[in-house]
Amino acid sequence: MKKCGENGGLLLSARRCNGMKQYETVIGLEVHVELATKTKIFCGCSTKFGARPNTQTCPICTGMPGALPILNKRVVELALAVGLAANCQINRYCKFDRKNYFYPDNPQNYQISQLYLPICHDGWLEIETEAGKKKIGIHEIHMEEDAGKLVHDEWEDCSLVDYNRSGVPLIEIVSEPDMRNAEEVIAYLEKLRHIIQYLGASDCKLQEGSMRADVNLSVREMGSSSFGTRTEMKNLNSFKAIARAIAGERERQIELLEEGRAVIQETRRWDDNKETSRAMRSKEDAKDYRYFPDPDLLPVSISEKWLEEIRAAQPELREARALRYQRAYGLSAYDADVITESRHMAELFEETAALCKSPKKAANWIMGETFRLIKERNVEPEKVFFTPGHLASLILEVEKGSISNQTAKEVFEKVFDEDVEPLAYIQAHGLQTVEDADLLGEVLDKVIAANEKAVEEFRSGKEKVLGFLVGQVMKEMRGKANAGKVGELLREKLRQ
Amino acid sequence: MRLLSLSAVELGDKIRKKEIGVEEAARAYLQQMKKQEPKVAAYLTVEEEGVLARAREVQKGIDEGRYTSPLAGVPVAVKDNICIEGVRTTCASRILENFVPTYTATAYENLERAGAVLLGKTNMDEFAMGSTTETSAFGITKNPWNPAYVPGGSSGGSCAAVAAGEACAALGSDTGGSIRQPAGYCGVTGIKPTYGTVSRFGLVAYGSSLDQIGPIGKDVRDCAALLEAIASHDPKDSTSMARQDTDFTKGLAGDMKALRIGVPEEYLGEGISPEVKAAVEKALETMRENGAAVEVFPLGMVDYVIPAYYIIAAAEASSNLERFDGVKYGYRAAEYEGLHDMYRRSRSEGFGEEVKRRIMLGSFVLSSGYYDAYYLKALRVKALIKRAFDRAFKKYDVLLAPSAPTTAPRIGESLKDPLQMYLGDIYTVAVNLAGLPGITVPCGLDEKGLPVGLQFIGDCFQEKKILQAACAYEEMRGKWRLAFEREEV
Repeated sequence: MKKCGENGGLLLSARRCNGMKQYETVIGLEVHVELATKTKIFCGCSTKFGARPNTQTCPICTGMPGALPILNKRVVELALAVGLAANCQINRYCKFDRKNYFYPDNPQNYQISQLYLPICHDGWLEIETEAGKKKIGIHEIHMEEDAGKLVHDEWEDCSLVDYNRSGVPLIEIVSEPDMRNAEEVIAYLEKLRHIIQYLGASDCKLQEGSMRADVNLSVREMGSSSFGTRTEMKNLNSFKAIARAIAGERERQIELLEEGRAVIQETRRWDDNKETSRAMRSKEDAKDYRYFPDPDLLPVSISEKWLEEIRAAQPELREARALRYQRAYGLSAYDADVITESRHMAELFEETAALCKSPKKAANWIMGETFRLIKERNVEPEKVFFTPGHLASLILEVEKGSISNQTAKEVFEKVFDEDVEPLAYIQAHGLQTVEDADLLGEVLDKVIAANEKAVEEFRSGKEKVLGFLVGQVMKEMRGKANAGKVGELLREKLRQ
Repeated sequence: MRLLSLSAVELGDKIRKKEIGVEEAARAYLQQMKKQEPKVAAYLTVEEEGVLARAREVQKGIDEGRYTSPLAGVPVAVKDNICIEGVRTTCASRILENFVPTYTATAYENLERAGAVLLGKTNMDEFAMGSTTETSAFGITKNPWNPAYVPGGSSGGSCAAVAAGEACAALGSDTGGSIRQPAGYCGVTGIKPTYGTVSRFGLVAYGSSLDQIGPIGKDVRDCAALLEAIASHDPKDSTSMARQDTDFTKGLAGDMKALRIGVPEEYLGEGISPEVKAAVEKALETMRENGAAVEVFPLGMVDYVIPAYYIIAAAEASSNLERFDGVKYGYRAAEYEGLHDMYRRSRSEGFGEEVKRRIMLGSFVLSSGYYDAYYLKALRVKALIKRAFDRAFKKYDVLLAPSAPTTAPRIGESLKDPLQMYLGDIYTVAVNLAGLPGITVPCGLDEKGLPVGLQFIGDCFQEKKILQAACAYEEMRGKWRLAFEREEV
């Protein structure tokens, strides 16, 4: 690094030479989200992930001559739903444009996208970080098609292309350069992900690529009102990678500026293993896309009625739901927040609560056992598949005293793993508490006889010892007794 | 009357009445092909076995009552940019030399459903870019009236096939006159429908916002019958329209009494050959005598038509033709180093000069910094041209124009000066830019014995008006004998 003053003392004030300059990071995001439609954006092929290569293709999504795109209406609806949730203005008359560039994953060698009249624009999302609440502007949301996937076979030294993903619908959400650090970026992405997941518009998985974020970043001296030159960072596959890339790129740019060099506007590819980025070759980054309106597609005109239908069908989003859980069910803010982290979990909770008429207990089971098993089994919350009615009946059985809490936990594992019907399972495995007074009496006598010292202590007024004795009985009964009832019976017997 | 001289409607009628067998008809055309092809070279692909098998199948269908359309059993040719499943579709380009589609164009599917028998695929200008059929990578089609002359283009193969009696009717495509101009040069009848009337699905795109498939036939009635068969609202083409008025064969017999005909004065001015002008004026006089009110008027915008067309069509073409890259199908260079070299060589070797010229022109007008100055401006001009026609159709039912300023040029003349060739599209391209229907009907011969085409232009969706007018004119003009019929006399 050059020393201060080397660059010509005239340019650098003495104050700046006294220490490192303070820099502010300016970040805007371009987020691609794969929409959860059954079929592709311009043809009837399935969008299902993981099929054998090129089995979900047709003349349209492989760019055959003479094939024409037909817009999937559902894509427009989902894009509108996201736009409305992100407080966007809607372009009631929007158009598709062709973005021309040659690459084998792009069968037509143009991507159908929206440049001139995107479906949504000028929205915002509110994020919350430790520094407080902040609005992040959304410049626009547009619809486009995904490309296929290139597979480089190094063994055979060739590249193969799979067009299953070609034509899968995407929306690109372009933020304003309103974020200043990684924390804000992550909060914005989380917020976006929650909204989109709650809308059912996408599962938003960074690892699987159903959500992809490109980071536009520049730095400027603290207090400056103009922007520095930005770079665009691609290949960010996790929130952690995004945070690392932001730190890395900020540092790289500051270093350049400190050395008196210029930041070049370019696209860079992040390598999360090496924690460095490299500029992509100019060919991968050719900028003249020769956009023009796609003559094969009509402009989309969105009627007030259609928009109204979509507005009316908007589901309750996370914040609203968390608030309702606090108000209606008396959950703590923390619990409500944790439960609504996933829309699926929130729905499980709500249905369970309704069926067992005990929201608190339902919440405890979700927050406790369910999350414990999610962690232990290493499954995603969205993949939890048990029937809420099964958890509800377990809760009710415990309440009735017909199974012990311990037994309920064991049965719940079966519910969680296999969605067994708990009542049948309890019956079949004889797990219900024993009501037989004679059998219970025998066990009580046995425990009293075997624990003379404890019995003595209880009789001399040490109430606490009762718990120990109940435990002993429960142990003998292998948990199949109602602990409350055992306590009562013991108390009675010991008074005799 | 000889089988080959029957119009499609007449032949279909005789087939339904069992006076002529479908196979008999197909064989007659195949026979004529053998005679004419060495001279005309209208076809790129003919599968004789397939033709006869299809003829027998259609005969069976007619006998069983499955095919009832007036066109059942009629042998047709299809331009080689219209995809038919299992049949090689080349667009007369080396880059698609061995391309066999797995799907069928809706327009042809409709024709097939009506029971037409496919004879083969016809030659054309490469990717429909050209006005002479000389840009084909697979040889030049000759004008059946005189093989030293071009048949016009780009649907030159289809028009020559009908003129030479090698097909009873044919499908072509028209982006900037590609049906109407060669129909004029070949002395046959061809219609370009209102944009959106015939599905573009399966038509290999040139200028998507201008392309329309249309019929080429021996007379107006045949064209009406074919258009009725191929027009449909196709869910596979977003730009296709739901029309209730596609019964184009209805009410064709008519007269010209009180028909208001407008003739753009610019179309009879500078650049037109005296012989074409004389033939058109004679036709106008005939119509006048038969009660039509013919008026010459200034249409306006005429000077801007050619530049606007070549900007818009080339821009769309440059993008439409990007898919031909050697990756998925079609021609790939034998030797290359890396991806970009593969693209460069495959496309350099696979495309011909005219196609490359238009790709470059189109890429240029879309590039950043030029988009507004060229492409956007051309779109504005397009809108103004449409407005000029709107004004004209407030006053006139039908507009009349020559289909080209001259009769067919000699082979080899046109490509020497592409700009001059482009200017020859002056009377046809405005119709595409405005999305209008237009039909060419032969109206006479020049001194060389080459046909002159007369174009009837209608307002959007007014096919019936121009079909009726053209039909009435046909009657006044009298029987028109095709090239092969005159030869035999």
